Amino acid sequence: MDQAQALKELSRIMQDVLDDPSVALSPGTTAADVEGWDSMTNITFVVEVERQFGVKFKTAEIEEMHNVGDMLKMIAAKKS
Amino acid sequence: MAPELCWLPEPPSDWAEQLLALPDGASAESWARLVSLANHRLDGLATIRLDRRMKRLFGDAPPPGLAAAPIRLAVLASSTVEHVLPAIRVAALRRGLWLATYTNPYGQYAAELLDPGSGLYRFRPTAILFALDAHHLLAGLDSGGAAEAAEQFLDRQMAELAGHWRRARAAFGCTVLQQTALPVFPRLFGNNEHRLPGSAAAGVAALNARLRAGADAGEVDLVALECQAALDGLGAWYDPVLWHKAKQAVHPAAAPVYGDLVARLLAAQNGVISKCLVLDLDNTLWGGVIGDDGTDGILLGQGSALGEAFAAFQTYARDLSRRGVILAVCSKNDEAIALAPFEHHPEMVLKRSDIACFVANWSDKAGNLRVIAERLNIGLESLVFADDNPFERNIVRRELPMVAVPELPADPAFYASCIASAGYFEGVRLTAEDALRTSQYQANAARATIRDSATDMDGYLRSLDMTLHWRRFDTAGQARIVQLINKTNQFNLTTRRSTAEDVAAVIADPAALSLQIRLTDRFGDNGIIAIVIGRFEAPGAATILIETWLMSCRVLGRQVEAATLDLVVAEARRLGATGLIGQYRPSAKNAMVQDHYARLGFAPHADDGSYTSWFLALDAHQPKPHFIKIIEG
Repeated sequence: MDQAQALKELSRIMQDVLDDPSVALSPGTTAADVEGWDSMTNITFVVEVERQFGVKFKTAEIEEMHNVGDMLKMIAAKKS
Repeated sequence: MAPELCWLPEPPSDWAEQLLALPDGASAESWARLVSLANHRLDGLATIRLDRRMKRLFGDAPPPGLAAAPIRLAVLASSTVEHVLPAIRVAALRRGLWLATYTNPYGQYAAELLDPGSGLYRFRPTAILFALDAHHLLAGLDSGGAAEAAEQFLDRQMAELAGHWRRARAAFGCTVLQQTALPVFPRLFGNNEHRLPGSAAAGVAALNARLRAGADAGEVDLVALECQAALDGLGAWYDPVLWHKAKQAVHPAAAPVYGDLVARLLAAQNGVISKCLVLDLDNTLWGGVIGDDGTDGILLGQGSALGEAFAAFQTYARDLSRRGVILAVCSKNDEAIALAPFEHHPEMVLKRSDIACFVANWSDKAGNLRVIAERLNIGLESLVFADDNPFERNIVRRELPMVAVPELPADPAFYASCIASAGYFEGVRLTAEDALRTSQYQANAARATIRDSATDMDGYLRSLDMTLHWRRFDTAGQARIVQLINKTNQFNLTTRRSTAEDVAAVIADPAALSLQIRLTDRFGDNGIIAIVIGRFEAPGAATILIETWLMSCRVLGRQVEAATLDLVVAEARRLGATGLIGQYRPSAKNAMVQDHYARLGFAPHADDGSYTSWFLALDAHQPKPHFIKIIEG
């Protein structure tokens, strides 16, 4: 899965999490950029990404996840 | 793997589209559609989406015309629980219940309970769930402390909890639920962790044990998280990463099952509970098709793994009936053919008398379920319909959405755990009614024994799991022995009465043969039910005279006599005898045993008019068949 495809998947997951089909994530997107992306949404999103991508983020990784791009890099590293 | 609502069918591929297509606005139709959408195997995210849609359609008010009273649940928590609240609401929806939730500001649960101006008091809960996590409950336990300190700590924690429970009930008159602690702490000592007084891992186990006693005393219902985690694996319920990151003591992926555990208890407290398990027959209670394979051809019981799996499921159904769940049969079959295994198959665990309503015909099952509900005078929503056939399941779900239809897995080895996991028959109080129903079924079972005796006595006796526990006379049993000897009239060969001193003399005599016999079976302990006393005819003689042989009539017809004779023979041999003489002395009440010795293979020995005597050479003894395990002790 390339970066663009993974980004599309992340957008789709966030659309489901927020029930908002207009959500479009980019590597630079942070929680503050998306309406409804609060701390609870964040955990729901992370857990759902883990489930759908079949990965598990480390405690340190979750701490260092500042935007969607960080998450994409971590997924890519785990999937390679 | 995430815990699953495994008893519910997978959502259809257009589940999300159906959800989003529901028209805005609160209507009874929308509510019914939501209930239907909730009755699928939803994961955490789908649960959140359904909850959000419900909120959008109904806001904070229950749907118009809903009969069941709304529930107002306050979750008083020591950690983050916002992520499980949607799952509790959706699990209530699954049962047609409207549930509003409240939770305390983080860390404030105790303060909220004490402050009449708090949000909790404004919410006016009808139920309070204490969702206290293991870290909170065990905080303060000194891992290096002594045993007394650990005990005192647990005493203190329990006292504090009991105080919360009392306060909650006094303030709101609400029901109280308490979740048990998950075993989240790594072991310090190992397999025998309980030997380390200050261990948090041992503390969780000890606290959970105390919670059980405390909850019963405090009329609190437990949400047994640690039992569910034992089924799913702790990792499915608790993720230390999420604990450190978000103080979530329950994994979001476990939320749907968590919510269902809570909602089924709330429903049971409100009387929303299934009452009757309706069973299909072919490939549900046995393997194969009775109409094609016949009683000899179906797979059931010993001889094949699959047959044993079906027997195990029957056992689960029977055990449910013993705790008060009504059993019914709904089968597409000719009635006489469907009944044949119940009457003739030796491995059937379920008997015809266990089935309160037996419907076998060629009509459609939805119609037959209506008939069953009518005959039993219960609502259709009280029925759980167990059928291996997906086609029948789906028709019933469509025709009768109020009937619960578990998605039985393909392998019958998992039928019972599927039905158990659904919590259909969640119990809250063991009522007098339950006990009565059980005793009625026991009476039925007794009648069934008599009726089936011609065909299936051996199968029945085998199924009783009887064990005969024997001891020689001893002072501990003396009082009971004297009592039995002096009150037993019917099954008493000689009606010879004895005093305590007589029995003491037998105890003291190493050459005397004495047996006190207790019988246990799967229904429980029948107590001391038989006594035998024998002595050598004369000092130095080779023959032992059986002076007393008596038995309680409660255990007639169970082959206890044959098992007892095995013991008498063994004891006589031990004492050095080569033969036994038994006597029958007729009385006004003991005619039932006049052929006792003849039946056991003794030969006529003498008949002087006042008694008959019978002889058995130990070498000639042929043990009679019985299904009783014999152990000393």
